[in-house]
Amino acid sequence: MTMVSINGERRDLPGEATVETAVREAGVEREGRGVAVAVDGEVVPRGQWSGTALREGQQVEVLHAVQGG
Amino acid sequence: MAFEIGDRSFDSRLILGTGGFRNLELMARAVEASGAEMATVAMRRVDPSARGSILEVLDDAGCFVLPNTAGCFTARDAVTTARLAREALGTDWVKLEVIGDDRTLLPEPGDLLEAAETLVADGFTVLPYTSDDPILARRLEDAGCAAVMPLGSPIGSGMGINNPYNLRLIVEQARVPVILDAGVGTASDATLAMEMGCSGVLLASAVSRAEDPAAMARAMRLAVEAGFEARRAGRIPRRLHGEASSPAEGVAELTWPPS
Repeated sequence: MTMVSINGERRDLPGEATVETAVREAGVEREGRGVAVAVDGEVVPRGQWSGTALREGQQVEVLHAVQGG
Repeated sequence: MAFEIGDRSFDSRLILGTGGFRNLELMARAVEASGAEMATVAMRRVDPSARGSILEVLDDAGCFVLPNTAGCFTARDAVTTARLAREALGTDWVKLEVIGDDRTLLPEPGDLLEAAETLVADGFTVLPYTSDDPILARRLEDAGCAAVMPLGSPIGSGMGINNPYNLRLIVEQARVPVILDAGVGTASDATLAMEMGCSGVLLASAVSRAEDPAAMARAMRLAVEAGFEARRAGRIPRRLHGEASSPAEGVAELTWPPS
């Protein structure tokens, strides 16, 4: 298991977890339109979600657009 | 007359912020009544329990979506948020906000300028929310921002234009569009901004927190148009004394008997 933070909550993910796993865990449905991800403060482009492995203790932020401004 | 910013052209000079509406239905009605062609959104953590999609509502309304960096207090966070918005929404436009403190919500000038320079270099079309300081506005323009967006008064305060003199200086020197951003409380504030030569007005709370948001949205649409047309029409000078509009000649002698 890999323990990471997803949107501020600690989660245990299966050993082979990627950014894609974390995005599903955050509650995003399949296609993920309008969603963006930062891992440890750096943007991970959508095309790299499934190929980017997560390491223990990483901080994943999964964001989308809301009312504001 | 079209309103041009960066490589885009708009008919409406009113930009609507979408924060503060009680629900998406009220927002949708206000967007329609406002005639706005551009609306802001914020980037926040995904909430699986949230209902409806703001992007669908804005797409249906034909609105260009302008992400902001609200909630950022440093240049670094604002730059990352802009890049996240570009990734999520496929736009390289950003309403750049870097806030200095929670109480006034006034901009943090040093980090704002630093973030603007970084994002311009990264290919963004940057629309910075700035203070009403003419020097900072000029620095932002020199940094390559596509517009400058000075506040009239603090975000959500509804106090209108606190320092018209500074706003005049900003308008007078600017070679990019000046958009009044923040502080508008009611329609006359928006009209005044346009009469003073602003190219557009960005507002949220004045509409979203009004008792009847759609009615206020329509009022703002008319206010921005009225101010723009009045500015173009050229107002008369202010005079200390009255000046009759009816002829002074040919007035009948009606006093009888003549004195």
